[in-house]
Amino acid sequence: MTLSIGLIVNPVAGVGGAVGLKGSDGADVQAVAFDRGAVARAAERSQRALSVIAQTHPDTTILTAAGDMGEASVLAEGLTPDVVYRPFGSVTSGADTTKAASALALAGVGLILFAGGDGTARDICGVDLAGAAVLGVPAGVKMYSACFAVSPVAAGAIASRWLTGERLPVSSREVLDVDEEQIRNGRVHAVLYGMLAMPVVPGRTQSRKSATSGSQLGAVRTAAAGAVARMEQGVTYVLGPGGTIDEIARLLEVDGTLLGADAVRDGDLVLADATERQLLELVGAGPSKVVLTVIGGQGFLLGRGNQQISAAVLREIGDDPLMVVATEEKLIDLGGRPLLVETGDPELDAMLAGYSEVVTGPRTTSLYPVDAPESEGTI
Amino acid sequence: MSLPIAPKLSLRRFHEARWDEPIVFELNTPGERGVLVSRPEPDLLSTVGDVVGALPSSLRRKTPAALPEMGQMRVLKHYLRLSQENLGADLNADIGQGTCTMKYSPKVNDALIRTPSLTELHPLQSEDTVQGILEIIWATEQMLAEISGMERVSLQTSGGSAAIWANIAMIRAYHEAAGQGEQRDEVITTIFSHPSNAATAKTAGYTVITLYPDADGYPDIEAFKAALSPRTAALMITNPEDTGIYNPRIAEFVDLAHSVGALAAYDQANANGILGVTRARDAGFDTCHFNLHKTFSTPHGSGGPGSGATAVSDKLVPFLPGPLVERDGDRFFLDSDRPMSIGKVAPFYGVVPNIVRAYAWMRSLGAEGLREAAEIAVLNNNYLMKRILEIPGASAPYATGRRRIEQVRYSWQELYEETGITSEEMGVRATDFGVHYWTSHHPFVVPQPFTLEPTESYSKEEIDEYVAIMTEVAREARETPDVVRTAPHNQTVHHIHHDDLDDPERWAPSWRAYQRKYFAGDDG
Repeated sequence: MTLSIGLIVNPVAGVGGAVGLKGSDGADVQAVAFDRGAVARAAERSQRALSVIAQTHPDTTILTAAGDMGEASVLAEGLTPDVVYRPFGSVTSGADTTKAASALALAGVGLILFAGGDGTARDICGVDLAGAAVLGVPAGVKMYSACFAVSPVAAGAIASRWLTGERLPVSSREVLDVDEEQIRNGRVHAVLYGMLAMPVVPGRTQSRKSATSGSQLGAVRTAAAGAVARMEQGVTYVLGPGGTIDEIARLLEVDGTLLGADAVRDGDLVLADATERQLLELVGAGPSKVVLTVIGGQGFLLGRGNQQISAAVLREIGDDPLMVVATEEKLIDLGGRPLLVETGDPELDAMLAGYSEVVTGPRTTSLYPVDAPESEGTI
Repeated sequence: MSLPIAPKLSLRRFHEARWDEPIVFELNTPGERGVLVSRPEPDLLSTVGDVVGALPSSLRRKTPAALPEMGQMRVLKHYLRLSQENLGADLNADIGQGTCTMKYSPKVNDALIRTPSLTELHPLQSEDTVQGILEIIWATEQMLAEISGMERVSLQTSGGSAAIWANIAMIRAYHEAAGQGEQRDEVITTIFSHPSNAATAKTAGYTVITLYPDADGYPDIEAFKAALSPRTAALMITNPEDTGIYNPRIAEFVDLAHSVGALAAYDQANANGILGVTRARDAGFDTCHFNLHKTFSTPHGSGGPGSGATAVSDKLVPFLPGPLVERDGDRFFLDSDRPMSIGKVAPFYGVVPNIVRAYAWMRSLGAEGLREAAEIAVLNNNYLMKRILEIPGASAPYATGRRRIEQVRYSWQELYEETGITSEEMGVRATDFGVHYWTSHHPFVVPQPFTLEPTESYSKEEIDEYVAIMTEVAREARETPDVVRTAPHNQTVHHIHHDDLDDPERWAPSWRAYQRKYFAGDDG
């Protein structure tokens, strides 16, 4: 993997937030936002990330897109831009983000920094990145996705370590986005759009009192192995979307659908990329359980990116319908916030709320609180 | 007139020794010898015959050990140089090694254990000839039983994790003896308890359920209630946890465990803030353990063998590892006839030099002195916390605004978000001033963690100096972050990458592993 870094700035990311528009997707909304006096913050936030690189690697060339899409930020921090993509016209769109990501991948960058929000991440995750890792500089209004650094400067520091040649572990993170029009109408319908490979600075036990490999992938595999070890004969397991669940499919040697719901029974795939209707029929036919992981950065188990696993499906399964699987790191990243369920059925949500066993390995679980924001019966 | 020596700056201009010393194996010079052993006298030879030949072939080396060949003086210089390229409790304010309780180990106690009457002892000697050391083991046990409120204590284990293992092994034996071994297959612990609790329970065959803290930083009692069942074998918990927060509902946790027939094990590896203040048995615990090398002043494992103490209530006494030292009038003896014992967890009867050190330390302080040590440790910690929290960018997550016991797990998260400088980089830079800190146990629940524990040993001046260093490094993180990021600058080595330490294919904990992993291709 090459050490070179690419940058994409979504110039309009975040403009909708400060003026109460719940997002910034689409030219119409952006026009309204600017009318209301919104200031684009992506450029400034990308510069804060770049300022770290400028300090540690002042001679670095950053591959980027022309003008507001990156070149201006790179120049502002005294770094050298190498423009690999030029948008047509002065107003850029999501298509420009996609094309810029493609051009950066083609140019062979190892790490793509992007300043934006969920919409920007979504525009990038559909692109064949030829193995490049991606790191979000948080600059959007919505950030349900799990591919952002905690701050722009933190993103810059990770990029700086990347440039130094440090082999940072890469973790597969979910990209979620919601239809902003629906949020404005008071509903959230987040869709899982894909996964991005994000470099992470692993936690270390500095004194090495305990020998932990710190390998994120190892932890995901251990959690997945824990789920497989708990599977019982004759029970149908609906495998939800996400990287951890995909690892279960890999361990079972079935072709799982990364972004969809599959079903397995006794180690065999019985349904791939199922719809809600298919799932209803299947779970009605015999004992079943839904295997889920935490989707995105907000802690959602249900209601974000896995709507085919509906309230009706869960009700059909009956008592104790879930097996939750996640790495300890994923729970810790929630910073004490609970897991969330939002099935659209407040009564069911209340039943699922409380404490959930989270499988973290073959003989380890964590007991973690689950909250139901749409229900009265939350803890 | 100026002083003959310039006054010292407020921050010392530290520089570690840098000897660029090779690994001892690289100093190998064939033919050099440290000691020339004289040939045996001919009469002796003819009397004893072929000694080596008399050994069974399984005990004889096929090839000589691949030891470095070196003159005595070079050996001495080698180790003296390494000792200068070091930090440690006897050299710097070792406040940063939180959870490890780096207190002063009085040198007079080291003099005690070097007396020939101790060094010449052999563990297989007849009991009649070792009454003195048996009495010391017995008396140390009695003192620890009083400190914990427990019935009996075993001093056999040679480390804290080994003592935790002994605890879960006894709990397993207890449930098996009651015919509930198969039914009880789960152990509950908390994420801020020492990871050895989860690890030993897993090793003993249990499924481990980990609880997360509630919003106040206490173990979540509602989660605990949800986790308890007839399958629960034990609660294994540390208190105060690594956060330094004392769980005021600990007795309630123990009662809840007992209500489903489970036992409760108390990890007291670090009891330094509660000596003489609270007792494990008074909270209802069935077993607890101490690390003599933490609370009781003996040197740590990395500076000498550790030592654990396993204390139990009456119901677990039959299961204690053994043999146990018993008293019959004025006579002390070893009791190995204990059919329900989990057996030996270490050779012979414990790390005797550390038992003697701990015995001497407790006897020198007395009951009042032990409590005073705890009180000063808590005072030092809360003074340190106040000073650390004055540094912009530092915080102490959980239980905001409340006092802590003996240590605090702090966070540089605010500083990290602002500067991109990680806690690890901060800690490495601190070594340029002659101190260091430890971040956290796995996993990193507190983001960008650092864990400080001043103990009772350090003076206010030393704590102030430590705070001044942290303040300076935090200032550098904002104003000259590159200095921090590229640290250390005044150390034995410069900035290193950890990649080789994180990759099992590349880490080399021994010379043999280093040769195998890096040079195997060279000779074949």
